[in-house]
Amino acid sequence: MIYLEQFTYLLASALFIIGLKYLGSAKTARKGNQYAMMAMAIAIVITLVVSGIAGPVQIIVGMVVGGLIGGVVAKKIEMTSMPQMVALFNGFGGIASTLVAYSEYLEPTTLPVPLDVNITLILSLFIGTVTLTGSLIAFAKLQGLMPGRPLVLPLHQLLNFVLMIGVVIFGVMYVMAPDVPMWPLLIIAAAAIFGVTFVIPIGGADMPVVIALLNSYSGLAASATGFVLSNNVLIIAGALVGASGLILTQLMCDAMNRSLFNVLFGAVGTDDSTGDAGTGGGEQKTVTRYTAEDAAMIMDTVQSVIIVPGYGLAVAQAQHVLHEMAEILTARGIDVKYAIHPVAGRMPGHMNVLLAEANVPYDVLYEMDDINDEFQNTDVALIIGANDVVNPAARTKKDSPLYGMPILNVDYARTVMFVKRSMGAGFAGEANPLFFDDKTMMVFGDAKAVVTGLVKSLKEE
Amino acid sequence: MESLIVSIYVFTLAVFIGFELITKVPPLLHTPLMSGSNAISGITVVGALLAANANNWKVSTLLGVLAIVFAMINVIGGFMVTDRMLGMFRKDKKTEKGA
Repeated sequence: MIYLEQFTYLLASALFIIGLKYLGSAKTARKGNQYAMMAMAIAIVITLVVSGIAGPVQIIVGMVVGGLIGGVVAKKIEMTSMPQMVALFNGFGGIASTLVAYSEYLEPTTLPVPLDVNITLILSLFIGTVTLTGSLIAFAKLQGLMPGRPLVLPLHQLLNFVLMIGVVIFGVMYVMAPDVPMWPLLIIAAAAIFGVTFVIPIGGADMPVVIALLNSYSGLAASATGFVLSNNVLIIAGALVGASGLILTQLMCDAMNRSLFNVLFGAVGTDDSTGDAGTGGGEQKTVTRYTAEDAAMIMDTVQSVIIVPGYGLAVAQAQHVLHEMAEILTARGIDVKYAIHPVAGRMPGHMNVLLAEANVPYDVLYEMDDINDEFQNTDVALIIGANDVVNPAARTKKDSPLYGMPILNVDYARTVMFVKRSMGAGFAGEANPLFFDDKTMMVFGDAKAVVTGLVKSLKEE
Repeated sequence: MESLIVSIYVFTLAVFIGFELITKVPPLLHTPLMSGSNAISGITVVGALLAANANNWKVSTLLGVLAIVFAMINVIGGFMVTDRMLGMFRKDKKTEKGA
Protein backbone atom coordinates (compact mmCIF):
# COMPACT_ATOMS: atom_id res chain seq x y z
CA MET A 1 0.00 0.00 0.00
CA ILE A 2 2.82 2.38 0.85
CA TYR A 3 4.12 2.03 -2.69
CA LEU A 4 0.74 2.75 -4.20
CA GLU A 5 0.46 5.85 -2.06
CA GLN A 6 3.95 7.09 -2.84
CA PHE A 7 3.66 6.51 -6.57
CA THR A 8 0.30 8.23 -6.70
CA TYR A 9 1.79 11.23 -4.88
CA LEU A 10 4.57 11.20 -7.46
CA LEU A 11 1.98 11.25 -10.23
CA ALA A 12 0.24 14.17 -8.55
CA SER A 13 3.55 16.04 -8.20
CA ALA A 14 4.32 15.53 -11.88
CA LEU A 15 0.86 16.79 -12.82
CA PHE A 16 1.40 19.89 -10.67
CA ILE A 17 4.62 20.60 -12.54
CA ILE A 18 3.01 20.10 -15.96
CA GLY A 19 0.05 22.20 -14.88
CA LEU A 20 2.29 25.04 -13.76
CA LYS A 21 4.21 24.84 -17.03
CA TYR A 22 1.00 25.07 -19.06
CA LEU A 23 -0.21 27.96 -16.89
CA GLY A 24 2.72 29.92 -18.30
CA SER A 25 1.40 30.22 -21.84
CA ALA A 26 -1.81 31.90 -22.95
CA LYS A 27 -2.84 29.05 -25.23
CA THR A 28 -2.48 26.29 -22.67
CA ALA A 29 -3.18 28.15 -19.43
CA ARG A 30 -6.68 26.82 -18.93
CA LYS A 31 -5.53 23.27 -19.52
CA GLY A 32 -2.70 23.86 -17.06
CA ASN A 33 -5.13 24.89 -14.38
CA GLN A 34 -7.15 21.75 -15.04
CA TYR A 35 -4.04 19.59 -14.73
CA ALA A 36 -3.30 21.17 -11.38
CA MET A 37 -6.90 20.53 -10.34
CA MET A 38 -6.55 16.92 -11.37
CA ALA A 39 -3.30 16.62 -9.42
CA MET A 40 -5.04 17.98 -6.33
CA ALA A 41 -7.96 15.59 -6.73
CA ILE A 42 -5.61 12.62 -7.12
CA ALA A 43 -3.64 13.60 -4.02
CA ILE A 44 -6.82 14.00 -1.97
CA VAL A 45 -8.39 10.75 -3.14
CA ILE A 46 -5.30 8.60 -2.55
CA THR A 47 -4.95 10.08 0.93
CA LEU A 48 -8.55 9.23 1.70
CA VAL A 49 -8.26 5.71 0.30
CA VAL A 50 -4.89 4.62 1.65
CA SER A 51 -5.44 5.94 5.15
CA GLY A 52 -8.85 4.29 5.17
CA ILE A 53 -10.40 7.55 6.16
CA ALA A 54 -13.36 7.85 3.89
CA GLY A 55 -15.25 6.95 7.07
CA PRO A 56 -15.18 9.68 9.71
CA VAL A 57 -18.04 12.03 9.02
CA GLN A 58 -16.14 15.14 10.12
CA ILE A 59 -13.80 14.81 7.14
CA ILE A 60 -16.63 14.74 4.62
CA VAL A 61 -18.37 17.64 6.35
CA GLY A 62 -15.15 19.69 6.43
CA MET A 63 -14.50 19.11 2.75
CA VAL A 64 -18.03 19.95 1.69
CA VAL A 65 -18.24 23.11 3.82
CA GLY A 66 -14.85 24.39 2.66
CA GLY A 67 -15.53 23.47 -0.95
CA LEU A 68 -18.92 25.19 -0.97
CA ILE A 69 -17.58 28.40 0.55
CA GLY A 70 -14.69 28.44 -1.91
CA GLY A 71 -16.97 27.73 -4.84
CA VAL A 72 -19.46 30.44 -3.99
CA VAL A 73 -16.74 33.04 -3.46
CA ALA A 74 -15.09 32.10 -6.76
CA LYS A 75 -18.38 32.49 -8.62
CA LYS A 76 -19.47 35.75 -7.03
CA ILE A 77 -16.22 37.69 -6.72
CA GLU A 78 -15.82 40.85 -8.82
CA MET A 79 -12.69 40.88 -10.94
CA THR A 80 -11.70 44.21 -9.39
CA SER A 81 -11.66 42.47 -6.00
CA MET A 82 -9.37 39.71 -7.20
CA PRO A 83 -6.32 40.98 -5.25
CA GLN A 84 -8.24 40.94 -1.94
CA MET A 85 -9.53 37.47 -2.65
CA VAL A 86 -6.12 36.07 -3.46
CA ALA A 87 -4.78 37.69 -0.29
CA LEU A 88 -7.52 36.12 1.81
CA PHE A 89 -7.09 32.68 0.23
CA ASN A 90 -3.37 32.91 0.86
CA GLY A 91 -4.16 33.52 4.50
CA PHE A 92 -6.43 30.49 4.60
CA GLY A 93 -3.69 28.32 3.11
CA GLY A 94 -1.35 29.67 5.79
CA ILE A 95 -3.65 28.94 8.71
CA ALA A 96 -4.40 25.47 7.36
CA SER A 97 -0.68 24.70 7.44
CA THR A 98 -0.36 26.06 10.97
CA LEU A 99 -3.35 24.01 12.16
CA VAL A 100 -1.99 20.82 10.63
CA ALA A 101 1.41 21.39 12.23
CA TYR A 102 -0.09 22.14 15.63
CA SER A 103 -2.34 19.12 15.39
CA GLU A 104 0.74 17.04 14.65
CA TYR A 105 2.38 18.55 17.72
CA LEU A 106 -0.57 17.47 19.89
CA GLU A 107 -0.77 13.95 18.42
CA PRO A 108 2.61 13.02 16.89
CA THR A 109 2.61 10.25 14.30
CA THR A 110 5.97 8.92 15.48
CA LEU A 111 7.18 8.76 19.07
CA PRO A 112 9.60 9.90 20.25
CA VAL A 113 9.38 12.90 17.92
CA PRO A 114 12.63 13.23 15.96
CA LEU A 115 14.59 16.47 16.24
CA ASP A 116 14.17 17.38 12.57
CA VAL A 117 10.40 17.05 12.84
CA ASN A 118 10.42 19.45 15.78
CA ILE A 119 12.54 21.96 13.90
CA THR A 120 10.39 21.91 10.76
CA LEU A 121 7.31 22.06 12.97
CA ILE A 122 8.51 25.40 14.30
CA LEU A 123 9.03 26.63 10.74
CA SER A 124 5.58 25.47 9.74
CA LEU A 125 3.89 27.17 12.70
CA PHE A 126 5.85 30.36 12.07
CA ILE A 127 5.46 30.69 8.29
CA GLY A 128 1.83 29.62 8.32
CA THR A 129 0.88 32.14 10.98
CA VAL A 130 2.82 35.01 9.39
CA THR A 131 1.06 34.20 6.11
CA LEU A 132 -2.31 34.32 7.87
CA THR A 133 -2.02 37.62 9.71
CA GLY A 134 0.01 39.29 6.95
CA SER A 135 -2.62 38.30 4.41
CA LEU A 136 -5.44 39.54 6.62
CA ILE A 137 -3.77 42.95 6.84
CA ALA A 138 -3.21 43.01 3.07
CA PHE A 139 -6.88 42.07 2.63
CA ALA A 140 -8.00 44.84 5.00
CA LYS A 141 -5.88 47.41 3.16
CA LEU A 142 -7.11 46.39 -0.27
CA GLN A 143 -10.72 46.14 0.84
CA GLY A 144 -10.51 49.61 2.39
CA LEU A 145 -11.16 48.29 5.90
CA MET A 146 -8.01 50.06 7.00
CA PRO A 147 -6.09 52.94 5.46
CA GLY A 148 -3.88 51.95 2.56
CA ARG A 149 -1.11 54.31 3.55
CA PRO A 150 1.91 52.91 5.38
CA LEU A 151 1.48 52.72 9.15
CA VAL A 152 4.77 52.95 10.93
CA LEU A 153 4.87 52.33 14.67
CA PRO A 154 7.49 53.89 16.89
CA LEU A 155 10.61 51.72 16.84
CA HIS A 156 8.99 49.60 14.18
CA GLN A 157 12.13 47.84 12.93
CA LEU A 158 13.29 47.23 16.47
CA LEU A 159 9.94 45.63 17.25
CA ASN A 160 10.25 43.33 14.22
CA PHE A 161 13.76 42.45 15.28
CA VAL A 162 12.68 41.64 18.84
CA LEU A 163 9.86 39.45 17.51
CA MET A 164 12.28 37.51 15.32
CA ILE A 165 14.68 37.02 18.21
CA GLY A 166 11.70 35.94 20.30
CA VAL A 167 10.74 33.31 17.75
CA VAL A 168 14.29 31.95 17.70
CA ILE A 169 14.45 31.80 21.52
CA PHE A 170 11.02 30.16 21.82
CA GLY A 171 12.05 27.74 19.10
CA VAL A 172 15.21 26.71 20.93
CA MET A 173 13.28 26.34 24.18
CA TYR A 174 10.71 24.24 22.38
CA VAL A 175 13.29 21.90 20.87
CA MET A 176 14.89 21.44 24.30
CA ALA A 177 11.56 20.78 26.02
CA PRO A 178 8.89 19.80 23.48
CA ASP A 179 6.50 18.77 26.23
CA VAL A 180 6.03 22.30 27.53
CA PRO A 181 2.87 23.47 25.72
CA MET A 182 3.74 27.13 26.18
CA TRP A 183 6.54 27.31 23.60
CA PRO A 184 4.67 26.46 20.41
CA LEU A 185 1.88 28.81 21.49
CA LEU A 186 4.40 31.60 22.06
CA ILE A 187 5.87 30.94 18.62
CA ILE A 188 2.41 31.26 17.08
CA ALA A 189 1.71 34.45 19.05
CA ALA A 190 5.00 36.10 18.03
CA ALA A 191 4.45 35.04 14.40
CA ALA A 192 0.93 36.49 14.45
CA ILE A 193 2.19 39.87 15.63
CA PHE A 194 5.09 39.76 13.19
CA GLY A 195 2.74 39.16 10.26
CA VAL A 196 0.88 42.34 11.19
CA THR A 197 3.92 44.52 11.79
CA PHE A 198 5.46 43.16 8.60
CA VAL A 199 2.64 44.33 6.32
CA ILE A 200 1.23 47.49 7.96
CA PRO A 201 4.20 49.72 7.00
CA ILE A 202 3.76 48.83 3.32
CA GLY A 203 1.65 51.26 1.29
CA GLY A 204 -1.29 50.42 -0.94
CA ALA A 205 0.68 51.02 -4.13
CA ASP A 206 3.15 48.32 -3.16
CA MET A 207 0.45 45.71 -2.64
CA PRO A 208 1.32 43.80 -5.87
CA VAL A 209 4.65 42.98 -4.28
CA VAL A 210 3.11 42.02 -0.94
CA ILE A 211 0.52 39.72 -2.51
CA ALA A 212 3.16 37.99 -4.60
CA LEU A 213 5.34 37.56 -1.53
CA LEU A 214 2.52 36.22 0.63
CA ASN A 215 1.69 33.80 -2.15
CA SER A 216 5.24 32.55 -1.92
CA TYR A 217 4.90 32.22 1.88
CA SER A 218 1.71 30.18 1.64
CA GLY A 219 3.62 27.73 -0.54
CA LEU A 220 6.54 27.61 1.85
CA ALA A 221 4.14 27.00 4.74
CA ALA A 222 2.69 23.99 2.91
CA SER A 223 6.21 22.80 2.16
CA ALA A 224 7.24 23.09 5.81
CA THR A 225 4.18 21.07 6.78
CA GLY A 226 5.32 18.50 4.23
CA PHE A 227 8.65 18.28 6.06
CA VAL A 228 6.81 17.71 9.34
CA LEU A 229 4.73 14.89 7.86
CA SER A 230 7.53 13.60 5.57
CA ASN A 231 5.10 13.99 2.70
CA ASN A 232 6.73 14.66 -0.66
CA VAL A 233 3.70 15.96 -2.53
CA LEU A 234 3.31 18.71 0.06
CA ILE A 235 6.99 19.53 -0.15
CA ILE A 236 7.01 19.64 -3.95
CA ALA A 237 3.76 21.52 -4.51
CA GLY A 238 4.64 23.97 -1.75
CA ALA A 239 8.13 24.54 -3.14
CA LEU A 240 6.75 25.20 -6.63
CA VAL A 241 4.42 27.86 -5.25
CA GLY A 242 7.15 29.28 -3.05
CA ALA A 243 9.46 29.65 -6.05
CA SER A 244 6.85 31.08 -8.39
CA GLY A 245 5.76 33.60 -5.77
CA LEU A 246 9.35 34.74 -5.33
CA ILE A 247 9.82 35.21 -9.07
CA LEU A 248 6.66 37.29 -9.36
CA THR A 249 7.78 39.34 -6.36
CA GLN A 250 11.07 40.04 -8.10
CA LEU A 251 9.32 40.96 -11.37
CA MET A 252 7.08 43.43 -9.55
CA CYS A 253 10.05 45.01 -7.81
CA ASP A 254 11.90 45.31 -11.13
CA ALA A 255 8.85 46.95 -12.69
CA MET A 256 8.95 49.62 -10.00
CA ASN A 257 12.73 49.79 -9.98
CA ARG A 258 12.81 49.12 -6.27
CA SER A 259 14.60 46.49 -4.30
CA LEU A 260 12.54 44.05 -2.30
CA PHE A 261 14.25 45.37 0.82
CA ASN A 262 13.16 48.88 -0.06
CA VAL A 263 9.55 47.83 -0.61
CA LEU A 264 9.37 45.93 2.66
CA PHE A 265 11.23 48.33 4.88
CA GLY A 266 11.32 51.59 2.96
CA ALA A 267 7.79 52.88 3.71
CA VAL A 268 8.00 55.03 0.58
CA GLY A 269 5.00 56.87 -0.80
CA THR A 270 3.92 57.88 2.66
CA ASP A 271 1.05 59.84 4.12
CA ASP A 272 -0.76 61.80 1.47
CA SER A 273 -1.18 58.92 -0.93
CA THR A 274 -4.77 59.78 -1.74
CA GLY A 275 -3.83 63.47 -1.98
CA ASP A 276 -6.78 64.72 -3.98
CA ALA A 277 -6.04 68.29 -2.99
CA GLY A 278 -4.17 69.73 -5.96
CA THR A 279 -0.52 69.25 -5.23
CA GLY A 280 0.56 71.13 -8.30
CA GLY A 281 3.81 72.32 -6.81
CA GLY A 282 5.11 75.76 -5.92
CA GLU A 283 4.57 78.05 -8.87
CA GLN A 284 1.07 78.06 -10.25
CA LYS A 285 1.08 76.62 -13.71
CA THR A 286 -1.96 76.48 -15.87
CA VAL A 287 -3.70 73.37 -17.00
CA THR A 288 -5.90 73.15 -20.04
CA ARG A 289 -9.24 71.64 -19.13
CA TYR A 290 -11.35 69.95 -21.73
CA THR A 291 -14.65 68.13 -21.85
CA ALA A 292 -15.47 64.71 -23.23
CA GLU A 293 -16.95 66.41 -26.32
CA ASP A 294 -13.64 68.17 -27.01
CA ALA A 295 -11.87 64.85 -26.70
CA ALA A 296 -14.33 63.23 -29.10
CA MET A 297 -13.65 65.95 -31.67
CA ILE A 298 -9.94 65.28 -31.51
CA MET A 299 -10.58 61.56 -31.88
CA ASP A 300 -12.33 62.31 -35.15
CA THR A 301 -9.17 63.56 -36.75
CA VAL A 302 -6.64 60.95 -35.71
CA GLN A 303 -5.27 57.75 -37.14
CA SER A 304 -3.78 56.03 -34.13
CA VAL A 305 -4.61 55.86 -30.44
CA ILE A 306 -2.84 54.09 -27.63
CA ILE A 307 -4.90 53.62 -24.49
CA VAL A 308 -3.12 53.48 -21.15
CA PRO A 309 -5.46 52.05 -18.51
CA GLY A 310 -4.72 52.40 -14.81
CA TYR A 311 -6.35 51.40 -11.57
CA GLY A 312 -8.70 54.41 -11.73
CA LEU A 313 -10.30 52.74 -14.74
CA ALA A 314 -11.01 49.61 -12.72
CA VAL A 315 -12.33 51.53 -9.73
CA ALA A 316 -14.75 53.39 -11.98
CA GLN A 317 -15.70 50.09 -13.70
CA ALA A 318 -15.09 51.84 -17.00
CA GLN A 319 -13.44 48.95 -18.83
CA HIS A 320 -16.62 47.88 -20.64
CA VAL A 321 -17.51 51.29 -21.98
CA LEU A 322 -13.86 51.82 -22.86
CA HIS A 323 -13.98 48.72 -24.99
CA GLU A 324 -17.12 50.09 -26.68
CA MET A 325 -15.21 53.28 -27.50
CA ALA A 326 -12.27 51.31 -28.85
CA GLU A 327 -14.62 49.36 -31.11
CA ILE A 328 -16.17 52.55 -32.49
CA LEU A 329 -12.72 53.94 -33.23
CA THR A 330 -11.54 50.69 -34.79
CA ALA A 331 -14.65 50.59 -36.98
CA ARG A 332 -13.59 54.00 -38.32
CA GLY A 333 -10.24 52.64 -39.32
CA ILE A 334 -8.33 54.08 -36.38
CA ASP A 335 -5.53 51.95 -35.05
CA VAL A 336 -6.28 51.29 -31.37
CA LYS A 337 -3.90 49.58 -29.00
CA TYR A 338 -3.66 49.20 -25.24
CA ALA A 339 -0.40 49.73 -23.39
CA ILE A 340 -0.18 47.83 -20.12
CA HIS A 341 2.39 48.85 -17.54
CA PRO A 342 3.61 45.89 -15.45
CA VAL A 343 2.27 47.37 -12.21
CA ALA A 344 -1.06 48.60 -13.58
CA GLY A 345 -3.78 47.44 -11.20
CA ARG A 346 -3.39 46.05 -7.73
CA MET A 347 -1.70 42.73 -8.38
CA PRO A 348 0.62 41.44 -11.09
CA GLY A 349 -1.31 41.20 -14.36
CA HIS A 350 -4.52 42.51 -12.80
CA MET A 351 -5.25 44.95 -15.64
CA ASN A 352 -5.10 42.15 -18.20
CA VAL A 353 -7.83 40.28 -16.34
CA LEU A 354 -10.03 43.37 -16.03
CA LEU A 355 -9.76 44.06 -19.76
CA ALA A 356 -10.33 40.41 -20.61
CA GLU A 357 -13.52 40.57 -18.57
CA ALA A 358 -14.62 43.48 -20.77
CA ASN A 359 -14.02 41.28 -23.82
CA VAL A 360 -10.92 43.14 -24.92
CA PRO A 361 -8.95 40.57 -26.93
CA TYR A 362 -5.54 40.01 -25.44
CA ASP A 363 -3.67 40.48 -28.68
CA VAL A 364 -4.41 44.22 -28.71
CA LEU A 365 -2.81 44.52 -25.26
CA TYR A 366 0.85 45.44 -25.45
CA GLU A 367 3.49 45.22 -22.79
CA MET A 368 5.57 48.25 -22.05
CA ASP A 369 8.72 47.12 -23.84
CA ASP A 370 6.79 46.20 -26.97
CA ILE A 371 4.93 49.45 -27.36
CA ASN A 372 7.16 52.15 -25.94
CA ASP A 373 8.78 52.89 -29.31
CA GLU A 374 5.39 53.36 -30.94
CA PHE A 375 4.27 56.39 -28.95
CA GLN A 376 6.32 58.78 -31.09
CA ASN A 377 4.32 57.75 -34.16
CA THR A 378 0.99 57.88 -32.36
CA ASP A 379 -1.55 60.67 -32.57
CA VAL A 380 -3.18 60.29 -29.17
CA ALA A 381 -2.09 58.66 -25.95
CA LEU A 382 -5.28 58.29 -23.91
CA ILE A 383 -4.45 57.79 -20.24
CA ILE A 384 -7.34 56.67 -18.08
CA GLY A 385 -6.99 56.54 -14.34
CA ALA A 386 -3.21 56.14 -14.41
CA ASN A 387 -0.57 58.58 -13.34
CA ASP A 388 2.69 57.35 -11.82
CA VAL A 389 3.36 54.88 -14.63
CA VAL A 390 3.40 57.72 -17.20
CA ASN A 391 5.10 60.38 -15.09
CA PRO A 392 8.19 61.70 -16.93
CA ALA A 393 9.62 62.78 -13.57
CA ALA A 394 10.68 59.15 -13.26
CA ARG A 395 13.25 59.80 -16.00
CA THR A 396 14.72 63.07 -14.84
CA LYS A 397 13.93 64.05 -11.29
CA LYS A 398 16.58 62.40 -9.19
CA ASP A 399 14.99 63.08 -5.80
CA SER A 400 11.62 61.68 -6.83
CA PRO A 401 10.42 58.40 -5.32
CA LEU A 402 9.61 57.40 -8.89
CA TYR A 403 13.10 58.09 -10.21
CA GLY A 404 14.38 55.22 -12.30
CA MET A 405 11.04 53.46 -12.65
CA PRO A 406 10.47 52.45 -16.28
CA ILE A 407 7.46 54.39 -17.59
CA LEU A 408 5.27 54.36 -20.67
CA ASN A 409 6.54 57.06 -23.04
CA VAL A 410 3.17 58.73 -23.49
CA ASP A 411 4.80 62.16 -23.66
CA TYR A 412 6.23 61.26 -27.08
CA ALA A 413 2.74 61.01 -28.58
CA ARG A 414 1.46 64.01 -30.55
CA THR A 415 -1.41 64.59 -28.14
CA VAL A 416 -1.69 63.39 -24.58
CA MET A 417 -5.13 62.99 -23.05
CA PHE A 418 -5.59 62.41 -19.35
CA VAL A 419 -8.91 61.22 -17.99
CA LYS A 420 -8.58 61.73 -14.27
CA ARG A 421 -10.67 62.64 -11.27
CA SER A 422 -8.44 65.45 -10.11
CA MET A 423 -5.02 67.02 -10.30
CA GLY A 424 -3.91 64.79 -7.44
CA ALA A 425 -0.56 63.11 -7.56
CA GLY A 426 -0.39 59.33 -7.78
CA PHE A 427 0.46 56.93 -4.98
CA ALA A 428 4.05 58.00 -5.12
CA GLY A 429 2.99 61.56 -4.27
CA GLU A 430 4.94 62.97 -7.22
CA ALA A 431 3.34 65.76 -9.27
CA ASN A 432 3.18 64.98 -12.98
CA PRO A 433 4.77 67.73 -15.11
CA LEU A 434 3.03 66.35 -18.16
CA PHE A 435 -0.28 67.80 -16.92
CA PHE A 436 1.07 71.25 -17.74
CA ASP A 437 2.45 70.43 -21.17
CA ASP A 438 0.99 72.30 -24.15
CA LYS A 439 0.03 69.14 -25.95
CA THR A 440 -1.78 67.72 -22.96
CA MET A 441 -5.55 67.73 -22.64
CA MET A 442 -6.89 67.18 -19.15
CA VAL A 443 -10.41 65.80 -18.99
CA PHE A 444 -11.48 65.76 -15.36
CA GLY A 445 -14.10 63.41 -14.06
CA ASP A 446 -14.94 59.84 -13.20
CA ALA A 447 -13.43 57.55 -15.83
CA LYS A 448 -16.72 55.87 -16.60
CA ALA A 449 -18.65 59.15 -16.92
CA VAL A 450 -16.02 60.68 -19.19
CA VAL A 451 -15.65 57.66 -21.46
CA THR A 452 -19.43 57.28 -21.66
CA GLY A 453 -19.59 60.93 -22.72
CA LEU A 454 -16.90 60.26 -25.30
CA VAL A 455 -18.82 57.33 -26.74
CA LYS A 456 -22.00 59.39 -26.88
CA SER A 457 -20.30 62.23 -28.73
CA LEU A 458 -18.61 59.85 -31.13
CA LYS A 459 -21.93 58.20 -31.94
CA GLU A 460 -23.70 61.51 -32.54
CA GLU A 461 -21.37 62.59 -35.26
CA MET B 1 17.41 12.30 10.05
CA GLU B 2 17.80 10.43 6.78
CA SER B 3 14.27 11.30 5.74
CA LEU B 4 15.09 14.93 6.43
CA ILE B 5 18.00 14.80 3.97
CA VAL B 6 15.72 13.29 1.33
CA SER B 7 13.12 15.96 2.03
CA ILE B 8 15.71 18.71 1.61
CA TYR B 9 16.77 17.20 -1.71
CA VAL B 10 13.20 17.07 -2.94
CA PHE B 11 12.49 20.60 -1.75
CA THR B 12 15.58 22.10 -3.35
CA LEU B 13 15.02 20.46 -6.70
CA ALA B 14 11.36 21.48 -6.69
CA VAL B 15 12.34 25.10 -6.02
CA PHE B 16 14.64 25.04 -9.03
CA ILE B 17 11.90 23.60 -11.21
CA GLY B 18 9.55 26.31 -9.95
CA PHE B 19 12.03 29.05 -10.90
CA GLU B 20 12.50 27.54 -14.35
CA LEU B 21 8.79 27.19 -15.01
CA ILE B 22 7.78 30.68 -14.01
CA THR B 23 10.62 32.83 -15.27
CA LYS B 24 9.25 33.20 -18.80
CA VAL B 25 5.58 33.70 -18.02
CA PRO B 26 4.12 36.75 -19.83
CA PRO B 27 2.60 39.49 -17.60
CA LEU B 28 -0.78 38.75 -19.19
CA LEU B 29 -0.94 35.57 -17.13
CA HIS B 30 0.47 36.79 -13.85
CA THR B 31 -2.85 37.09 -12.04
CA PRO B 32 -4.22 33.68 -13.11
CA LEU B 33 -0.84 32.21 -12.32
CA MET B 34 -0.98 33.68 -8.87
CA SER B 35 -4.48 32.49 -8.08
CA GLY B 36 -3.72 29.10 -9.63
CA SER B 37 -0.53 28.59 -7.67
CA ASN B 38 -2.38 29.87 -4.63
CA ALA B 39 -4.81 27.00 -5.08
CA ILE B 40 -1.88 24.59 -5.37
CA SER B 41 -0.60 25.74 -1.99
CA GLY B 42 -3.87 24.33 -0.64
CA ILE B 43 -2.16 20.93 -1.01
CA THR B 44 -1.79 21.20 2.74
CA VAL B 45 -5.31 19.73 2.71
CA VAL B 46 -3.61 16.33 2.45
CA GLY B 47 -2.02 16.92 5.84
CA ALA B 48 -5.33 18.19 7.15
CA LEU B 49 -7.09 14.97 6.11
CA LEU B 50 -4.56 12.93 8.05
CA ALA B 51 -4.86 15.19 11.08
CA ALA B 52 -8.65 14.99 11.12
CA ASN B 53 -8.71 11.21 10.83
CA ALA B 54 -9.78 9.87 14.22
CA ASN B 55 -12.76 8.02 15.51
CA ASN B 56 -12.65 9.50 18.98
CA TRP B 57 -12.46 13.27 19.05
CA LYS B 58 -9.45 15.07 20.41
CA VAL B 59 -8.36 18.69 20.08
CA SER B 60 -6.03 17.64 17.28
CA THR B 61 -8.99 16.20 15.35
CA LEU B 62 -10.89 19.44 15.63
CA LEU B 63 -7.86 21.42 14.40
CA GLY B 64 -7.59 18.99 11.50
CA VAL B 65 -11.20 19.54 10.51
CA LEU B 66 -10.75 23.32 10.68
CA ALA B 67 -7.65 22.93 8.51
CA ILE B 68 -9.68 20.92 5.99
CA VAL B 69 -12.26 23.71 5.75
CA PHE B 70 -9.67 26.46 5.25
CA ALA B 71 -7.59 24.44 2.81
CA MET B 72 -10.64 23.43 0.77
CA ILE B 73 -11.75 27.07 0.47
CA ASN B 74 -8.25 27.76 -0.80
CA VAL B 75 -8.27 24.84 -3.23
CA ILE B 76 -11.78 25.01 -4.70
CA GLY B 77 -12.01 28.81 -4.68
CA GLY B 78 -8.54 29.19 -6.17
CA PHE B 79 -8.97 26.73 -9.01
CA MET B 80 -12.47 27.87 -9.89
CA VAL B 81 -11.65 31.55 -10.01
CA THR B 82 -8.55 30.83 -12.08
CA ASP B 83 -10.65 28.88 -14.55
CA ARG B 84 -13.17 31.73 -14.64
CA MET B 85 -10.43 34.23 -15.43
CA LEU B 86 -8.74 32.14 -18.06
CA GLY B 87 -12.11 31.55 -19.72
CA MET B 88 -12.34 35.30 -20.32
CA PHE B 89 -9.04 35.58 -22.15
CA ARG B 90 -9.57 35.42 -25.87
CA LYS B 91 -7.85 36.45 -29.03
CA ASP B 92 -9.39 38.93 -31.41
CA LYS B 93 -11.68 36.84 -33.58
CA LYS B 94 -11.48 39.36 -36.39
CA THR B 95 -7.72 39.09 -36.67
CA GLU B 96 -7.94 35.34 -36.26
CA LYS B 97 -9.97 35.18 -39.43
CA GLY B 98 -6.99 36.76 -41.09
CA ALA B 99 -8.34 40.25 -41.73
